Amino acid sequence: MKNNLLFDFTVDKATKTVFITREFDADLSLVWDAFTKPEILDQWVAPKPWASKTKFMDFKVGGRRFYAMVSPEGQERWLIQKYTSISPKTNFKMFNAFADIDENPELPGSDWDYTFNEQNGKTIVRIAIYNESLARMEKMIEMGFKEGFTLSMTNLENLLATLSPK
Amino acid sequence: METRRDAFQAIADPTRRAILLLIAAQSMTPNAIAEEFQSSRQAVSKHIQILTECELVKQEKKGREIYYHINVNKINEIDKWVEQFKKILETQFTQLDKVLLTLKKQKNEK
Repeated sequence: MKNNLLFDFTVDKATKTVFITREFDADLSLVWDAFTKPEILDQWVAPKPWASKTKFMDFKVGGRRFYAMVSPEGQERWLIQKYTSISPKTNFKMFNAFADIDENPELPGSDWDYTFNEQNGKTIVRIAIYNESLARMEKMIEMGFKEGFTLSMTNLENLLATLSPK
Repeated sequence: METRRDAFQAIADPTRRAILLLIAAQSMTPNAIAEEFQSSRQAVSKHIQILTECELVKQEKKGREIYYHINVNKINEIDKWVEQFKKILETQFTQLDKVLLTLKKQKNEK
């Protein structure tokens, strides 16, 4: 399905920040809900065939979302997000990290900053992702793309070793 | 847990970026690289060491001299995962487009 919606993606390697701009064909309140309500988030954040399952989400400053990416084989990879700033229908910021099943974050994580703007019935979302580490993003990519992703793969050293041709 | 150096950390430093640019043009000995910078030889040598640990540069022995050159594979790797990350986002957002469409329809029916 092709569409004409704006999608811009730039990486500033020096500051370890990814900038994303994406337009959505819906009004601001709907798009805001899609990014901040667990029942909607679970419908789209997991790249298929993965599924997203939110255990709890408390969307307020200092609140957290604890959720899992579930593989087609039923393997769960837990993530935790902590909301650090919220301006309703304008902006929110969160810290995002992989976690164990007991909600303990696996550091380092990344900082996500979302800004929302409505123009002519369409909504533009700008996202800045600051990563303390390249490994964090590599992990995310492993999850979405490697078939038969196994939980043992989360060992950072193993993961890096697979990525560096020896 | 010991944090392992990663390629992003390596290129976050301006001196290291300059070193990469220098040896991208031609492989160089550590002395020749150090001569291009105001900083001490030890400081430059430390930067080269970090770049080597991240596998962004490779050493090659020619006679008695060690030459450093760019590891093109590793540089490409950075671009590759960036590209993959972009694809994941594209997938997510296309899924969101569909969800939004459904939500809009539901809203209109109310």
